[in-house]
Amino acid sequence: MPYQIILTLISGIFISGIAGYLGTLMLSKKMSVVAGPLAHLAFPGVALALIFGFNISFGVFPFVILGAIFIWYFEKRTKLPMENLAAVIFAIGVGTALLFLPIGKAEEALVGSINKITFGETIVVVSLSTFIFFIVKNLYQKMMLVNIDEDLAKIEGINVSKYNLFYLLSIAIVIALSVYLVGGLITAALVAIPAAAAKNVSRDLKSYIRLATFFGIISAVTGIVIAQFIHLPIGPMVIVTNAILFLISVFLMKRIF
Amino acid sequence: METLLEVKNLNINLDGNTILKDLSFQVKEGEILTILGPNGAGKSVLLKTLLGLLPYKGEIIWHGKPKIGYLPQGLSQLSVKSYPLSVADFFSLKNPAPSSEEIIKFLDFVGLDKSILGKKAGNLSGGQFQRMLIAWVLVSHPQVIVLDEPTTGLDIGGGETIYSLLQTIWKKENLTIFLVTHDLSIVYKNSTNVLCLTHKREVCYGKPSDILNSETLEQVFGTEVKIFKHNQ
Repeated sequence: MPYQIILTLISGIFISGIAGYLGTLMLSKKMSVVAGPLAHLAFPGVALALIFGFNISFGVFPFVILGAIFIWYFEKRTKLPMENLAAVIFAIGVGTALLFLPIGKAEEALVGSINKITFGETIVVVSLSTFIFFIVKNLYQKMMLVNIDEDLAKIEGINVSKYNLFYLLSIAIVIALSVYLVGGLITAALVAIPAAAAKNVSRDLKSYIRLATFFGIISAVTGIVIAQFIHLPIGPMVIVTNAILFLISVFLMKRIF
Repeated sequence: METLLEVKNLNINLDGNTILKDLSFQVKEGEILTILGPNGAGKSVLLKTLLGLLPYKGEIIWHGKPKIGYLPQGLSQLSVKSYPLSVADFFSLKNPAPSSEEIIKFLDFVGLDKSILGKKAGNLSGGQFQRMLIAWVLVSHPQVIVLDEPTTGLDIGGGETIYSLLQTIWKKENLTIFLVTHDLSIVYKNSTNVLCLTHKREVCYGKPSDILNSETLEQVFGTEVKIFKHNQ
């Protein structure tokens, strides 16, 4: 197997796996909708990177993370729903990007560039995904209670504001990683679909989390392999694989697991 | 009995609207205080303020830092349903997570069989769900429980069951209970004191037998309320 495809597979597995895992928390509160706008914030970063000729990821990370911090801050100040604020931030980000983005060169921002990932970038992807996995594992139960009822969570002694910030930052980093795999347009699918499919067929929290992570990983592997064989872009193929898993889960609903 | 809560000259303003003005009252340990009033009179706001969830002016003093359990209004099955949580999973969201013996003990207490632990919380009946929530609140052994309309969405039978359950718990666990309701029969049977709030920002406070006469109730609810006293 060629060296490049091994790097691609490794990063794909880690990115899609962590996205599937984090996505299980985001199923409520219309939060998976937040992933989309946040990912679109990658565009201004890509624009800057293309204009000044540096690595695209250096452009993407600061914008997406800044976006998350803005959403957190405005939510605290205005009490507007997060998904609403995400839409506002999104419009600002994309609007600015379209002013400067050399659209002809922006394919990587649209469909991802994982087939060109370097060894160094793979190391970053693997370590960041692992790091985020432990962060999310730590805040999982608490964040779920916050998502169910914020007041209840506060009385249970949870510092809602702090956890919201960690949660949003985790989302931002996972989103920035996902831009590598599937580009900025369809990132939401990477967090939303595995969780939705897993919810259809799981009876409790444990099976839900495991299945979603598994669906994330399997769709990345299948998508990457198929895309290599028939020479199609990887990102969209991963999403299509995800979508097929979802359809299967709809038919299997309540019959297994 | 020791004084548990002192509220002095409490003023609550939200978004420029006065919700409560110059409210003062006290709650002693082991009391059941029912907060009564029409929709929009500020009952839930008062509860949330007492719990420190909303800004206020005046004084709210809890003596001895009691452990509080809270059941918010409309903690609906819908929001729990966003996730595929079994009843056991839902209990595991508590921090620290209670042991399964404790969970089973309290489920039994509210009249639920332990076989329910494996069922999805979102698929329970309304009555079962509400009882499960009460067990959820009680399992951390609070000294005070604050319940905001705990029988919303239940039929009369279901509501009665919840309230007689509360009465049992109150006697057994030596709790102080804050209860928001607009069910008058409940007020009469269960409370030690009643605090009523009106749209006109007037309040009344006292024993149920003093408060529950047609005159005060008309003042509270703004319409004529027919009242039938029980022979107890």
